[in-house]
Amino acid sequence: MDLQTLTYIVVGATFALYIGIAIWAKAGSTNEFYVAGGGVHPVANGMATAADWMSAASFLSMAGLIAFMGYDGAVYLMGWTGGYVLLALCLAPYLRKFGKFTVPDFIGDRYYSQTARTVAVICAIFVCFTYVAGQMRGVGVVFSRFLEVDVTMGVIIGMVVVFFYAVLGGMKGITYTQVAQYVVLITAYLVPAVFISIMLTGNVLPQLGFGSDLLAEPGTSVLAKLDGLVTELGFNEYTDGSKSTVDVFFITAALMVGTAGLPHVIVRFFTVPKVSDARISAGWALVFIALLYTTAPAVASFARLNMIDTINGPAGQGTAYAERPQWIRNWEKTGLIGFSAADEAVSAKGPAGEQLAQDGVMFYSNDERNNMKIDRDIMVLANPEIAGLPNWVIALVAAGGIAAALSTSAGLLLVISTSISHDLLKRNLMPNITDRQELTYARIAAAVAICIAGYLGINPPGFVAQVVAFAFGLAASSFFPAIIMGIFSKRMNKEGAIAGMVVGITFTAGYILAYKGVFFEPLIANTPENWLFGISPEGIGTLGMLLNFIVAFTVSRVTAEAPTEVQDMVESIRFPKGSGAATHH
Amino acid sequence: MAFESTEKAKAYWSENLRLMLSLLAVWFVVSYGCGILLVDVLNTVNLGGFKLGFWFAQQGAIYVFVALIFVYVAKMNALDKKYNVHED
Repeated sequence: MDLQTLTYIVVGATFALYIGIAIWAKAGSTNEFYVAGGGVHPVANGMATAADWMSAASFLSMAGLIAFMGYDGAVYLMGWTGGYVLLALCLAPYLRKFGKFTVPDFIGDRYYSQTARTVAVICAIFVCFTYVAGQMRGVGVVFSRFLEVDVTMGVIIGMVVVFFYAVLGGMKGITYTQVAQYVVLITAYLVPAVFISIMLTGNVLPQLGFGSDLLAEPGTSVLAKLDGLVTELGFNEYTDGSKSTVDVFFITAALMVGTAGLPHVIVRFFTVPKVSDARISAGWALVFIALLYTTAPAVASFARLNMIDTINGPAGQGTAYAERPQWIRNWEKTGLIGFSAADEAVSAKGPAGEQLAQDGVMFYSNDERNNMKIDRDIMVLANPEIAGLPNWVIALVAAGGIAAALSTSAGLLLVISTSISHDLLKRNLMPNITDRQELTYARIAAAVAICIAGYLGINPPGFVAQVVAFAFGLAASSFFPAIIMGIFSKRMNKEGAIAGMVVGITFTAGYILAYKGVFFEPLIANTPENWLFGISPEGIGTLGMLLNFIVAFTVSRVTAEAPTEVQDMVESIRFPKGSGAATHH
Repeated sequence: MAFESTEKAKAYWSENLRLMLSLLAVWFVVSYGCGILLVDVLNTVNLGGFKLGFWFAQQGAIYVFVALIFVYVAKMNALDKKYNVHED
């Protein structure tokens, strides 16, 4: 059977499964719509959290980024897993005991202030929209490569599927669909990784495989081979990075703290029955995430090695363009791979590369011999093709990429709709609406959010990649400190919290805007010499967080303590006994 | 009041904080310590085909993170029982 038919069958089957689950799990009340009735088993919630968390970026782009960054890729690996330790130890159990629906609920009630609630709502909506646009784009890219429909059509199909289960089922539908999506995406990630690990090293576990000796060269491990190969080609040594230590430190911290402050992750811990379930659920989530995150660096090194070997040939002298393998032909069509003699958008790096290109020889390096362009986003999708794996594996990877993008979109869309129907309407503008009306508003908000997300997916603003730094930076410098102080400092008051959030956000957003521009030309060139203390815009959220803590602490010491009833509330969330299902009031 | 006395409540909270801070210390050491600050020193050691610092940064730290959460859960459940503040 040809690849395209097979891909249609596999992707179609997974869609049928998601829609089936959506019909089975239709939500009947706001409680079911917002927190799945609060009755999700911790292991199921862990799986759903993992699918929610691992986006198109984790599935499609991360291994490719690591393949090109080498050691520096650790900022993503540690940054996007370490946050779960903070969640489990410092946030999830207490927020679960607090027992409301959303993060702005906590901020608003804990700091007895509608201003604080509104700031939190705006941050939540902004963070979620920047994220969701990228997901819809991911769906479109997978569709266009494997099913040969155009990106616009791909985005629309993705919107219809998400619409179905998010609008109908709310959190309940999303949770059980995410469990199914996790199974699809992790299978799709592990199968090719295991195959390739066995082919290269004979080791079944990719986690050990990338340190094992190559079957072709006993005595040389994959990493050692890669180190030798890339330095010869003029790149940095693979196991040694090019970022400064201080920058790696700050980026890792910003990603960790940002993860722990992201509203669509936090809200998942409101869905379990008990405080103790919230703790263990974070543990399960990390187990399921770690399965992919420990495989990714292995996939990265295998992909880099295989790619260099295929293009430069076993002798390392380059290979003939006329005899290029099928995967290069496929990706050339998308413009993500290019050879300077065949693609005018690609130019050779130096005279040696031009000479090789004139002879029709492809060569990939970081010096003057290079005449190839290879986009790092293709690594995961192209990896099975490069290794020559069977078609059903490639079809599975396509279905996995779509599962990763859809599951994250649904979680984000739910936070957006909840922020509008619950935090903005019910708790702020229209406190008298009934549960039924609120549910209708939630569904309308979800539908509108999907349309906006779809529009952003089809017409991506040029700055999608840059605003991701924004999303993490803002979560790190606003939500995280406000929540932590809300739990661990009884006397922290609204003046302190609001001042802290405002200073944290302003500093972080200002720094990112100054160096990245986003909406306008950058004010300062984005180079390491210009950075404050050598911290890049990606890592500045950490400094923003520290400023938030310092300002909040100082302001709270010179203003009145939080009122007694608020301090009693803080006291009561510090132990598990007496937790009920998440409720309105 | 779920606790028998204010002293018990204080004792529970300080035991909780001590547990949390010691686990976070391990969290910091394996990731920021072994994976970032000491990476060059540890890279001189080779373990199973991996440079040790590189291994901590791309594998080891993640395994320790998982273990930390499960240790925390077990210890906290025991602590809740000891002070009789666990859920029914």
